[in-house]
Amino acid sequence: MSTELQKPDATATAGHTMPSRESADRKQLTQGRWAYTLLAPSLILLAVVIIYPVLNAIIMSFQKDSGLDPATGFFSEGGPAGFENYTHWLLQQCTAPGGGSVACPPGTLGAQFWDSMGTTFFFTVVTVAFETVLGFWMAIIMARAFRGRSLIRAAVLVPWAIPTAVTAKLWFFIFAFEGIANKLFGTQILWTGSEWPAKWAIIIADVWKTTPFMALLILAGLQLIPDEVYEAAKVDGASTWQRFRLITLPLVKPALMVAILFRVLDALRMYDLPAIMTQGANGTTTLSILVVQQIRQGFNTAAALSTITFLVIFLVAFIFVRFLGANAVDAATSSGKAK
Amino acid sequence: MSTATASKTSTAPAEKPKRPFNWGSLRTYISAVIILIWCLAPFYWMLVTAFRDVGYTFDTTPFFTHITWDNFATVFDESLGNHFGRNLLNSLIVGAVTTVVALLVGVFAAYALARLNFRFKFVVLGFILGASMFPGVALVTPLFQLFTNIGWFGTYQALIIPNISFVLPLTVYTLTSFFREMPWELEEAARIDGCTQGQAFRKVILPLAAPATFTTAILAFIASWNEFLIASQLSNDSTKTVTVAIAYFAGAQPHQEPYTAVMAAGTVVTIPLVILVLVFQRKIVAGLTAGAVK
Repeated sequence: MSTELQKPDATATAGHTMPSRESADRKQLTQGRWAYTLLAPSLILLAVVIIYPVLNAIIMSFQKDSGLDPATGFFSEGGPAGFENYTHWLLQQCTAPGGGSVACPPGTLGAQFWDSMGTTFFFTVVTVAFETVLGFWMAIIMARAFRGRSLIRAAVLVPWAIPTAVTAKLWFFIFAFEGIANKLFGTQILWTGSEWPAKWAIIIADVWKTTPFMALLILAGLQLIPDEVYEAAKVDGASTWQRFRLITLPLVKPALMVAILFRVLDALRMYDLPAIMTQGANGTTTLSILVVQQIRQGFNTAAALSTITFLVIFLVAFIFVRFLGANAVDAATSSGKAK
Repeated sequence: MSTATASKTSTAPAEKPKRPFNWGSLRTYISAVIILIWCLAPFYWMLVTAFRDVGYTFDTTPFFTHITWDNFATVFDESLGNHFGRNLLNSLIVGAVTTVVALLVGVFAAYALARLNFRFKFVVLGFILGASMFPGVALVTPLFQLFTNIGWFGTYQALIIPNISFVLPLTVYTLTSFFREMPWELEEAARIDGCTQGQAFRKVILPLAAPATFTTAILAFIASWNEFLIASQLSNDSTKTVTVAIAYFAGAQPHQEPYTAVMAAGTVVTIPLVILVLVFQRKIVAGLTAGAVK
């Protein structure tokens, strides 16, 4: 029913079925004014809360942080910094005590940039991979008809509804040295106290918390595939694996790509779990954590890092939409103007 | 979307009569039980620990033993320096104001996006979607300085304004998808009967849109309630929200994590959300997946 309703809309947008081109244009013009009047409050509000801070951050990122100048030993007021704040992170150049610049000494925040970039991408790739596979499996089970299915659908919403801060504390307790995880598996691992166990503890907590969201998005995609397609394939003798690979996968791909895009962008800004479970220790410092740690040491340097983080996430989103076909806007407009 | 899901759910079980025993369905049930355990076991463990005597914190008995309300008393005990009641109120204020503002503003934008044809619709939607994906840290740095300069640091508006940056796009996006599926013929009918477009919107569409708006409000409130990064940086002791309070919960001993009390605090924060989500399960799933698939 919904598709029947949308169809006239979609063609009207393309301007094919309107009686005359001119009246279509006129209609669009008058609707356009009304539309922008309705949109104005939202767009202005978003501009104030997002665009203004971002522009502010970009301007800040080209200023020196005020403080004691290591070169002269005098208090310095700041002033223009050029790309110094950016090279500080990207090339890991710190100001040397005698003036000029040297490689940042190990342990300083500046020296951690590429490590935290690596950590962020490692978390993103591993968590999203697990979430996709697990989510797909859950979605396939939930799409089947069986008694108690609504119970499963309700249950998957529980991890989603729990605040991430609580999730972090919950898994921190589960992974405590005397906690249930070690007792259950008979291990004696300091989960949050050493590098790889800490990474895996965070990954497991994240996968637990966010797989339901992935599963529900994929389930919604699966439900759009008509049963007749499967029936026809069965009649033609397609095996279960063939039906999955040749029908389910291609037909669910648009929904799947949007779900992966959402999750990737979310994972790239991961903060709550590592900040609470390990405070970023033991190789779990993500870019977001590094920014927050830097805020206390100098706004302008932090602003450069937050701008870099924003650009990285923007670039990943662009690659997804442009080259991998994860077109969330298309899915939202469903106007059939897909490129 | 929501109607499609609902109708499918209700018709599917009646589709094929099953044979008395079916290995495929046994596999489905085993998988279902695994999903159930994976999703609920950690939550269940939180409840068990929340009601367990602090002396038995690391007891592994898998059901409720050594049951006590003491942990909840500890949570609300202010002598340790925690102000959990205050934190709950703060979260409620920030969440409610954010939700109301986002809905009041977003409902008009969603109507325009769902119903009207205009130039650059694609660009506007892209901008709103992009805004919802925007990283919180990119806001925290400039806002930290800005709010410090104008004396807003630690105020409610310092938490509400950044929250709007991700709650408003979510609201517009979800409402747009809901609105696209409403019976808009009624609007046309009202206009034929002599209503203006504005009247038709107010008298016909707004009442029809109430359930969708309510679902969106729940999603918006949950998003705001669960926020941690911005609240942890821009709040002070009097405006601290629950998520921050739980993350830095102080115990009786300085170097000993008060696990049972923290699990009790987590339970207090989570139970209302879980009840809300289970009651409105179907609507919330429709809202969550709205727009992502078409």
